[in-house]
Amino acid sequence: MIYYATSILLILIGMYAVLVKKNLIKIVIGLSIVDNGIHLLLIAIGYVKDGTAPIFSKPGLQASQMVDPVPQALVLTAIVIGLAVTAVALSLIIRLYDHHKTLNINKIRKLKW
Amino acid sequence: MRKVIAILLLFIIGYYSLDVLLKIPFGESAGGVGKHYLESTIKETGAVNSVTAIVVSYRGFDTLGEVTVLFLAATGLGAILYDKKAKKRALQNASVIVKTSSKIIYPLIALLGAYVFVHGHLTPGGGFQGGAIIATGVLLMFISYRSFETNHKALSIIESLAGMTFVTIGFAGLIYGTSFLQNILPFGIPGELFSAGIIPLIYIAVGFKVGAELTALLDNLLKTIK
Repeated sequence: MIYYATSILLILIGMYAVLVKKNLIKIVIGLSIVDNGIHLLLIAIGYVKDGTAPIFSKPGLQASQMVDPVPQALVLTAIVIGLAVTAVALSLIIRLYDHHKTLNINKIRKLKW
Repeated sequence: MRKVIAILLLFIIGYYSLDVLLKIPFGESAGGVGKHYLESTIKETGAVNSVTAIVVSYRGFDTLGEVTVLFLAATGLGAILYDKKAKKRALQNASVIVKTSSKIIYPLIALLGAYVFVHGHLTPGGGFQGGAIIATGVLLMFISYRSFETNHKALSIIESLAGMTFVTIGFAGLIYGTSFLQNILPFGIPGELFSAGIIPLIYIAVGFKVGAELTALLDNLLKTIK
């Protein structure tokens, strides 16, 4: 329960940064926080009580003692995609800064909400 | 005013997501597809690490798409930041302590990265993690030496060869087996380095590809002075 609440809280903190902050870098940081919250949530859903990592490193380990490996594989994919999204967003911010000489979205016209 | 509206909106979103999520039982043993993967990983793929078995063997085609997304992001970043004039990094040379120690640590980081992606089917880790570790080592050299340059041509050759290896292994499965990316090599004894058929080969290719891509990406992002 506390795991779900914490990850939802992380997602909300990230979304707050995206909605309220004016600095473009801070908005991208907010997107990364949302990403991390979702990863934490997926891993928490796959948790099994007293489970070990899903690796058969010792001969005696049983499949029933392990946590669910599917969310972990999905999160591995999601981390890589999150990295790609962050990199492209930062490069777009570099170009916007070159053009407008500011990172404040209120001063860049056509970006208001 | 905007902050108040944002907080209210987020409160509503958070309340209802939590309300739904609390109906999922927490900490109960894996059922369905996860249970099947755990029980038949060693028998069906020969890999000891079942996360690796899922990423490379059961969902190998998905991983090919993931590698393509990373490649597209690196290419797109290069295209967005392209400039006709050659650009330089803005950093000063670091102090003697940082320079000397990073020279010693850099090969060790590259070795750790290679270890992580070669042993992806046995221990926690794999191609993506190992490639990221290697790129971190290159980043250390970037921030400590102003004159340290990477060879972009060599990087793109490594990247293309690694990507072609992945696709070639996939087509070999189609030719000698029945489906794309089928495990056609013998599994060996589970838990040994040379086991699990094509899984280590694919993860080595992915490790080289991700390492080269992330290095090129860091190089593009750090060059800001015209």
